[in-house]
Amino acid sequence: MAGSGTAHLRTGDALLRVENLVVEFPAGPGRRVHAVSDVSLDLLQGETLGLVGESGCGKSTTGRAIMQLPRPTAGHVWFEGRDLTRLDGDELRRTRTRLQMIFQDPISSLNPRRRVREIVGEPLAIWGIGGPGERARRVAEVLEAVGLDAEAAGDRRPHQFSGGQCQRISIARALMLEPKLVICDEPVSALDVSVQAQILNLLEDMKARYGLTMIFIAHDLAVVRNVSDRVAVMYLGKLCEVAVADDLYRAPAHPYTATLLASVPVPDPTVRPDPSVNELDAELPSPLAPPSGCRFRTRCPRAEAVCAEREPQIREVSPGHFAACHFALEPPAAATPSHTSWRERDA
Amino acid sequence: MSGTGPLLEVSDLRTHFLTGRGAVRAVDGVSFTLERGRTLGVVGESGSGKTVLARSIMGLLPARNVVRTGEVTYDGRRLTGLSPAELREVWGAEISMVFQDPMTSLNPVVRIGRQITETMRFHLELPEAESRARAAELLRSVGIPEPERRLRAYPHELSGGMRQRVTIAIALACGPRLLLADEPTTALDVTVQAQILSLLGRQQRERFMAMILVTHDLGVVAGRTDEIAVMYAGRIVERAPTEVLFSDMRMRYTQALFRSIPRITDPGHRRLQAIGGRPPDLVAPPRGCPFAPRCRYARERCHAEAPALTEAGPGHTYACWYPAEPGEVAAEAAALASEAMP
Repeated sequence: MAGSGTAHLRTGDALLRVENLVVEFPAGPGRRVHAVSDVSLDLLQGETLGLVGESGCGKSTTGRAIMQLPRPTAGHVWFEGRDLTRLDGDELRRTRTRLQMIFQDPISSLNPRRRVREIVGEPLAIWGIGGPGERARRVAEVLEAVGLDAEAAGDRRPHQFSGGQCQRISIARALMLEPKLVICDEPVSALDVSVQAQILNLLEDMKARYGLTMIFIAHDLAVVRNVSDRVAVMYLGKLCEVAVADDLYRAPAHPYTATLLASVPVPDPTVRPDPSVNELDAELPSPLAPPSGCRFRTRCPRAEAVCAEREPQIREVSPGHFAACHFALEPPAAATPSHTSWRERDA
Repeated sequence: MSGTGPLLEVSDLRTHFLTGRGAVRAVDGVSFTLERGRTLGVVGESGSGKTVLARSIMGLLPARNVVRTGEVTYDGRRLTGLSPAELREVWGAEISMVFQDPMTSLNPVVRIGRQITETMRFHLELPEAESRARAAELLRSVGIPEPERRLRAYPHELSGGMRQRVTIAIALACGPRLLLADEPTTALDVTVQAQILSLLGRQQRERFMAMILVTHDLGVVAGRTDEIAVMYAGRIVERAPTEVLFSDMRMRYTQALFRSIPRITDPGHRRLQAIGGRPPDLVAPPRGCPFAPRCRYARERCHAEAPALTEAGPGHTYACWYPAEPGEVAAEAAALASEAMP
């Protein structure tokens, strides 16, 4: 993957518009980690954008750079018509009340010494919203909304809760100031599947109840399909493909997306993943010195000379379906699962 | 002793950890047999006892505050009666284990080469040069490029997937006939996971090695095992040949687990069927079926009396008083899949 461009950005009123975002970290004399390189995204009001990719693709860094945590190296983040990268500290703090984040590890993202009531009510205290009675009422309301018994839970501390309940507390805290945009960074990765389903359902409910717009960052492609309206696939700091979720899963246009989808183990013994997955070179290139041209070319089954010379630009391969590849697959070329016994496979 | 019977027999295995709150019944009466060259998938959520089961078979348990009862028989030999010194003869040579996190299971300050040759020198008493040549050959067979150079590398110089390949090479070094793989791909990216699972499958077939694949992921076991055992609260609650389990799961917990996972083929924004509540406290498990407090099909009897294992067909047993109809869950999944098609 691995391309740049803004062809996939929509015209009109986007709640969030990320343009040419670059995040680099210094890594010793003359060396830089190219974590995010020229990524553009947009989100309409009420939409959920899934951001997927493997470790090191820059998906979390993108999420954090939108929050200005830390500020990106270059690029613009337009939120409600204002460029967050240009705001000074005080204005940014005020704007951040409408932008919230939910993290992967629910236990370590909560202060173990505070009571749940204090953790969830802290945003109100910081901004001096309401008196004690008003605050207590709002804390109770949001705790009930995320499925916790406010009466019983309020006086307890995080260690007295399971991982799933801690994630409910994190969600309650994120919702306290009634944000417009919530960035969820791997919110269910640390949870068991039965609990994961509870939290995914809760996020959908909260989205409807509070009118949220969401960025959902995750490595689990099935989870992302479940919650997302649009999905963006990242690889080594670049965008590969952006499309409406169902289109992207039915007909991946980028070879990397196709490989990712073919790698997902399916809970059905009659469906076999594409054996071509095993031909993918396992080693991810270093983000210190990313490959020239298309960053995916060193592992791409379709790479040709042009891929090293020219970086592919994001282009529309079918209506509303964008990919950055010189050889974007025509949509119906999705991998068809073959039906063979597992013992014959990989032989 | 190289008999013709099953390679591994586990009978009424119980592992209880003694804590200040009482005994945690992590594994609580597990019995099964595993034939030579076959793969058993053990599936369960955190705290179901799947990892403790694998460690109990291996004899890799803390020295104190553990009570293990029941029997583990490997190739006619009772492992449960062996001393630590005798067990060391078995580990690596007969039974090997691959762990979830290759960073913590490899020694960070010892080069890869020495970590592989260590077991060979111990069990096979090979001279240094020969064991190094075999180590390089092993690394090549697990898909590591430039194996001679990699022998001199330290674990931190390799990626997560490469490290897991190294731990597999170590596990295979002395040609074990049983491999216990405990969440071997959970810490890895999905494309690397697919490669590691293929590697394990290929090695297993070439060596006619039996394998127990422990995982929380029903997707991982679906394509890679002959049989599946589903664990809940320290017990096997359903066991069946893999195809049979997916087409005909009966136990209500298996069904609930299967229903709760989002599938990549499902239409977007589908309401997931979550399992309410949380697993029971294993210090004081419920008197009846351990899943009853969370089960939407539970009736009075489920809370009062633990269900015995019932036979549903050849090799298929389950513990449930009010099981799903045969084929019920598979039909639901098929309906969903067709809904997702354009």
